[in-house]
Amino acid sequence: MAEAPPLRFRVPEPLARPGEQPDFSYVQISDPGAVQRPDVAAASAELRDLSYSLICVLGDDGVAVGQWAPEIRAEALIVGLRAMMTTRAYDARMLRAQRQGKTSFYIASTGEEAIAVGQALELGQRDMFFPTYRQQGWLVARGWPLVQMMCQVFSNEQDRLRGRQMPIMYSAKDVGFFSISGNLGTQYIQAVGWAMASAIKGDTAIASGVVGEGATAEADFHHALTFASTYDAPVILNVVNNQWAISSFQGIAGGEGPSFAARAIGYGIPGLRVDGNDYLAVVAATRWAAERARSNHGPTVIEWVTYRAAAHSTSDDPSKYRPKDEWKSWPLGDPIDRLQRHLIASGAWSHEQHADLHADIERLVLEAAKEAESYGTLLDGRVASSKSIFDDVFEVMPPHLRRQQRELEG
Amino acid sequence: MAATQITSDNDTVDNDTADNDTADNDTADNNDTADNDTADNDTVDNDDTDEMSMTSGMTNEQAGELTSRPMAMNIAIRSALDVMLGRDDDVVTFGEDVGYFGGVFRCTDGLQQKYGVHRVFDTPIAEGGIIGVAVGMAAYGLRPVPEIQFADYVYPGLDQLISEAARLRYRSGAEFTAAMTVRMPCGGGIHGGQTHSQSPESIFTHVCGLKTVMPSNPYDAKGLLIAAIEDNDPVIFLEPKRIYNGPFDGHYERPVVPWSSHPLGVVPDGYYRIPLGRAAIRRSGNDLTVLTYGTMVHVCEVAAQESGVDAEVIDLRTLLPLDTDTIEASVAKTGRCVIVHEATLTSGFGAELAATVQASCFYSLEAPIERVTGWDTPYPHAQEWDYFPGPARVGAAFKRVVAA
Repeated sequence: MAEAPPLRFRVPEPLARPGEQPDFSYVQISDPGAVQRPDVAAASAELRDLSYSLICVLGDDGVAVGQWAPEIRAEALIVGLRAMMTTRAYDARMLRAQRQGKTSFYIASTGEEAIAVGQALELGQRDMFFPTYRQQGWLVARGWPLVQMMCQVFSNEQDRLRGRQMPIMYSAKDVGFFSISGNLGTQYIQAVGWAMASAIKGDTAIASGVVGEGATAEADFHHALTFASTYDAPVILNVVNNQWAISSFQGIAGGEGPSFAARAIGYGIPGLRVDGNDYLAVVAATRWAAERARSNHGPTVIEWVTYRAAAHSTSDDPSKYRPKDEWKSWPLGDPIDRLQRHLIASGAWSHEQHADLHADIERLVLEAAKEAESYGTLLDGRVASSKSIFDDVFEVMPPHLRRQQRELEG
Repeated sequence: MAATQITSDNDTVDNDTADNDTADNDTADNNDTADNDTADNDTVDNDDTDEMSMTSGMTNEQAGELTSRPMAMNIAIRSALDVMLGRDDDVVTFGEDVGYFGGVFRCTDGLQQKYGVHRVFDTPIAEGGIIGVAVGMAAYGLRPVPEIQFADYVYPGLDQLISEAARLRYRSGAEFTAAMTVRMPCGGGIHGGQTHSQSPESIFTHVCGLKTVMPSNPYDAKGLLIAAIEDNDPVIFLEPKRIYNGPFDGHYERPVVPWSSHPLGVVPDGYYRIPLGRAAIRRSGNDLTVLTYGTMVHVCEVAAQESGVDAEVIDLRTLLPLDTDTIEASVAKTGRCVIVHEATLTSGFGAELAATVQASCFYSLEAPIERVTGWDTPYPHAQEWDYFPGPARVGAAFKRVVAA
């Protein structure tokens, strides 16, 4: 028997690091309209190709093509455009506030707005969304007041979470937005449990859970797929593949092999790989998965291929680990630009209207920020009372917490 | 045996379940199950008997008009689940082998047949998944009662318990809550070695937002479990598996005593609650106060008898929130305190109890507080009785503390 070679240990590396040319040659792209749209009742075994192609509707010319092009009125698309633009403006305003010390921390969703906004506007009012920390677009699209969002970011007296959570970890049950955890992946299996509960009760509401590509490595991701598959839970399981988990490129989560959508195949769940920067594709894929869930055909995994144009957070400096202007080379472009181009190409929108809307949003966001700041920011210490930290640990405060509360009060 | 009355719409009551009891507990050496003939699942709904308060010396007389009969602790737990599944459509229970088979300790036997697969079902072997879906269900508005097959298996689910269930109310400003009860058999005495014998209660009592309960007998197990399921916060419900079938006092060399011969083995069929956060005095005494819970209650009772020390044995029942009033009143009376638990010593719940007693009863204490616990080692298999804090070790501690 020949002598065995020394074993090799491989640590994946991205194609480009700081100072190098961005290289997205690894991103497999299908032509717009090239992917067939199967019936929602199709068996998952017949849908495997959808995990390796890329569902894309909008071409470079802004024209929507193919079977996945959704039936949607221009007015509805303009609502989506407005929500994406508002989200971007909101992010910019909050980043500025963080630099001014008005909040401790912020996470922007720049470049990924289409996913949360598209789901928010496509799913039903009673459905429940289990987000990560980069889906603020849902709140904006659902019309949750910007002032409320900002008060949470500023941890001020009007913060409904009373300063307990880090900035951006919103909770908004009235618009179907589950409390953000901060521990990665935990909400994914909870989304499945929520969907199971809805089915147990014979309800019609479905759940939609989100995880980043990095956190697909967490056990909760696999629990979610196992349970969703076992019980045919009415749930959409989104994987937002924005290429970066803080400084780790998607290869560190096993992304160099089959797609993240293809993770679903082993569980017997359809896995769609979708252009996450194509607002129409977001609407179409969400609609398909929601229809499957609502008609008791079970869960769907959707990998949204997108790019984290922003830093991970205000505590992060991406220039330390990726080419500086990598975002500009991203082959799937900017979701706002692409939808704007589509609307203009279809005659429903103009550059003037777009400029007016932009100015309108800037004004509204600024007004909201002024109002939110009037209730306090982290700078001026106008936060919920210290004694309130003992509330809501339990429904009824037990004796030991009452004692500690009295001790704090002195 | 008392007649049963079926008030549920579903009269396919499973009276055959007793047959299955012979197949259960194959990991236990106390297999001669008490009261196999009480295994039928009939529920008597006596809705007017809410909130019986039993702070001490509780007997079955306090069950009032309810029909009572002997039940082993696993049967009493099943009865609690049966009552709650019958009363509240939002209650669901699930876990590994929980559905068709009825649980490895038979605690859900017959319940799937009675309430259907949507409310009582088997799960994949994934404790993080089991507790994770429970959190999601609770957020929806159900009252899930997941079972973890052995407490030793709960660790993959701790992120969902500690970071999610325990803090959901707090972090969401009470928008979302996690009213759920996680049941799990705990403790040793069944030759389960280091993966079927652990007592991890202090892991849970250290988590803000969880309540932790451990009953010591069938009567309490049922009343506490009903209170836990009705609680709007997450509750960890630890079931000492050695006493599922009888009140084990640590004398492993003696024949197993069934619950049918114990006053607290007589359990009402219908609904009753034992409020969380209240201890019970199992034995009144003047020489010293014993703070204990679970299986060790019975060990401490027999240790008092055998050592001749007039110990006041307090069964804490709920570890968090802790009934400090009962503890303080007793230590003020006796001036001495011994703490007994199966779990390991260092950072065990006994440390919290000792600190509590010294802070509130320092000037009443006439001797140092002693702890009698499992050793700080993994739970051994062949040397189980060297590890388990039996009546000899406990009695010796009683004598030392009285003499100090």
